[in-house]
Amino acid sequence: MTDKYRFLGRPRRTKEDRRFIAGSGRYVADIRLPGMAHIALVASPHASARIVSIDTGAALAVDGVRAVLTGAELQQATASMQHGVHLPEILWYPLAAGVVRYAGEWVAAVVADDRYIAEDAAELVAVAYEPLPAVVDPEEAFASTGRLVHPKHGSNVLFHRNFIWGPVEADFAAAAHSLDFRARWGRSSTVPIETFGAVACWDSGDDILDVWASVQMPKYADQIADALRLQGNQVRVHFDVDVGGSYGVKRGLKHAILVGYLARKLGRPVRLIEDRLENMSGGDAHGPDRIFDVSVAFDADGTVRSMKMRALDDCGAYPGRAPLQLGKPVGSIVGPYRIGSVAYEAISVCTNKTAQVAVRGFGQAPTTFAIETAIDRVAGYLGLDRVEVRRRNFIRADQFPYTIPSGTEYDSGDYHAVMRKLTDLANYPALLERRDQIRKAGKLAGVGIAAAMEPGGGNAAFEPLFNPRNDTTLWPESCTVKVDRQGAITALIVTSSAGQGHQTLAATVIGETLGFDPVGIRVIHSDSLSSLPGNSPVASRMAIMLGGAAQKAAEIIRDRAIRIAAHNLGRDPSGVIYADGAVAVTDDPSKRLSWEQIVRICHRQYHLMPPGMEPGLQASYTLQVPKGGAMPGEDGRVQMYPCFSFEAHMALVEIDPGTGKVEIPEYYVAHDCGTVINPLIVRGMMLGGIAHGIGAALYEKFEYDETGQHLSGTFMDYLLPSSLEIPMVKIAEHCTPSPLTSHGQKGAGESGYPGSPAAVASAVNDALAPIGRRVDALPIRLGYLAGMLRTASGAAP
Amino acid sequence: MPAKRITVIVNGEPHAASVEPRLTLVDFLRDVLDLTGTHVGCEHGVCGACSVLFDDLPIRSCLMFAVQADGHRVSTVEGLTEPGGGLSLIQDCFWETHSLQCGYCTPGMLIAAHALLRRNPDPSRQEIRKAISGNLCRCTGYGQIVEAIELAADRLNQRTPSPERDGHDR
Ligand code: FES
Ligand code: FES
Repeated sequence: MTDKYRFLGRPRRTKEDRRFIAGSGRYVADIRLPGMAHIALVASPHASARIVSIDTGAALAVDGVRAVLTGAELQQATASMQHGVHLPEILWYPLAAGVVRYAGEWVAAVVADDRYIAEDAAELVAVAYEPLPAVVDPEEAFASTGRLVHPKHGSNVLFHRNFIWGPVEADFAAAAHSLDFRARWGRSSTVPIETFGAVACWDSGDDILDVWASVQMPKYADQIADALRLQGNQVRVHFDVDVGGSYGVKRGLKHAILVGYLARKLGRPVRLIEDRLENMSGGDAHGPDRIFDVSVAFDADGTVRSMKMRALDDCGAYPGRAPLQLGKPVGSIVGPYRIGSVAYEAISVCTNKTAQVAVRGFGQAPTTFAIETAIDRVAGYLGLDRVEVRRRNFIRADQFPYTIPSGTEYDSGDYHAVMRKLTDLANYPALLERRDQIRKAGKLAGVGIAAAMEPGGGNAAFEPLFNPRNDTTLWPESCTVKVDRQGAITALIVTSSAGQGHQTLAATVIGETLGFDPVGIRVIHSDSLSSLPGNSPVASRMAIMLGGAAQKAAEIIRDRAIRIAAHNLGRDPSGVIYADGAVAVTDDPSKRLSWEQIVRICHRQYHLMPPGMEPGLQASYTLQVPKGGAMPGEDGRVQMYPCFSFEAHMALVEIDPGTGKVEIPEYYVAHDCGTVINPLIVRGMMLGGIAHGIGAALYEKFEYDETGQHLSGTFMDYLLPSSLEIPMVKIAEHCTPSPLTSHGQKGAGESGYPGSPAAVASAVNDALAPIGRRVDALPIRLGYLAGMLRTASGAAP
Repeated sequence: MPAKRITVIVNGEPHAASVEPRLTLVDFLRDVLDLTGTHVGCEHGVCGACSVLFDDLPIRSCLMFAVQADGHRVSTVEGLTEPGGGLSLIQDCFWETHSLQCGYCTPGMLIAAHALLRRNPDPSRQEIRKAISGNLCRCTGYGQIVEAIELAADRLNQRTPSPERDGHDR
């Protein structure tokens, strides 16, 4: 790979890092506008209650307070936010009116000259509530028609569908064995260190709303315009805001509606920067919260023939896009395995909890955890080695492209080779010996294994799959490349970035194509009005989609340079050759046009241009997702995403038998995301994803009590792993290029996270096996393990 | 609340201002002095995004009032760069190993790393992990941050960095 390319695939310094290291990043909280007012929020203390009255008088009387906005006014003035599935009776606004549906839901917004005054006044807003019983348990929400979160909807069920792909019952009947189990994925999220923020400014002279936000969301400007009943071109979202981490969740639509409405109403800029509690309890940024019931049918050699999976997800109080997180896993519902048939029951329910949003992988990590738990259990049942059972079930390299029962075709891969790299890297037999040594010394120890898919490219086929009224099959990304009069190259991209290195990505691909050092190529984040269609960095798609669009735009520039030079050198374009900006006659390289000469022709010398050629030197390209474009079939078979990265994890854990504390002294991963554009970035994504997954497996949970009170509003309750919890991970890279992309690249933005929770759970269960215990509910927290070990202590080794 | 007049020496320069006694040090740095390199992640002392040096020791500027800094020295990430904008050794090592993604935790992380290397120019891996354990990073999983600090220590001690530093098996 490194020989084929000059810039691509090399560990080059990124373009973005320097400004962050110097402390000169520009995040939303750094944006200062003259006369800017600040919002503090009044949140519901109840999980479910009727709002009897709101008295804003005392708050309004505070010096420096400009307004107190309640839900009654805002709901009049704006349109409901939309959901990912068709739920016309569930209305959703930034501020509650009439009733509150979760503890932390925003009830009023106080606007003041500074945040300190706004916070003071927020405490003076007197809201009288009549508490109502809350729906807390998702199974109960599913079964009950008595207590409803949204009575008008008539049920707590937001989505429910049974998919059957292939002869499931026949396969179960024919298999030698079957087993079933329940696995639980706890409510956690990505929890960036920067909370969500938005600033809005209404320009009455131009009739336009300018928005700066910490956002990573497709179609953000359109949705703001819809809610505020503005024309699309009356909202301009600025994408040149550095986003302090997102991993899916930075989608604050309600925040933007709130500041947008208030900025227009008050005639001055308004900003809302969530504090940590507002973010955790009221930011609507929780992640999947899932109960899996899984059955698998398998033969004596460990071959898994069929799987039945029921997934019940607790969306919280408002659906948003949450139900769709049950849809994305359809595209890799068998993981990397040749499982021949699948029954998948997807159920999404609402409860009186904070709403969910898209979390890294969009439901992939929980589903992988369930599948991998099944594979471990099959191995345990048959007394076979867990690596061997995976090998026996892997799709073979010679079977690609490979179509899974749910209709998606995997583009390429070599899972056996990646697994071999993993077992070599970890020295698997020696690792098992080290585990046994630790066990002999009186501790619990286990080795965990997981294999996981990372679908990339994002065609959002789950939208039409889960919502028959949605016929979206286009999910594009764009890039513009311009060459100025001095010959310098600038690219425009359509999205804000949250640390994924999009500037580096675009510059590297353009530099590679045109033969210029990416260091000199500038990449600009445009705004929603000046940009071409794009869908933001969701779905591990930017290497594939922005990389592909940048490549195409750069190729157009290169072709233009070739045609201009050929015209002036008196040759056919096929008789010249392009290198590093200059074009020379193939059989007489002394005849050439330099980059400067070509640029001069484009910008000044119309008489030297080929007749009919557009002046200037610029190109734009809008790329559709490879293989995107088809609606799902009747049976729910669909091509979900084009490219499939693969990762295999192996972890060694030690558990202190007294305290239940889990330590991870060793962690290995082997990874295949096709061609790597910048290995430093891919490595960072992988390490960050693994750390996040370790958090989801062992520490992180949005905890609720039985009355629906949220108990994890701070970093003292919601535990993010620190450098002491996260091991130094060793990585082996493998490369199976994708046949579908510009350079063979696949997605890497969600890597690590699909597999690491399953690997850690597998390791903990291997450690518990000698005492005959097992835990299939994440997170596996210290207190829980300590309790389990106490009761099992009679049987301890 | 009556404002109080304070003078804080920030990145070597004295800054005088009238502030409310309840103004936090981080808000003073960000909003009064416009030094927005120092970030806010939790405002309850856990994440470390607001870390600054206070008389050379790393502290959390969200847990302190500006008035408490009267007469003291405070250094922020902006103070780590050399006059003219050149990166310090630790900053350069962060760039070289790509120790960051979104950059939000980075100023606090740099302060922690800088303080560590000042008191211990040749820390072990475990000492490094401990020294940054009060600074949460959600992007990187810490691996490349540890590598950056190891690289900086190698350079401080004029050692050739070990080729295995990045843990890659290519
Ligand atoms: S903002 Fe100060 S520790 Fe988090
Ligand atoms: S780089 Fe994003 S939180 Fe550390």
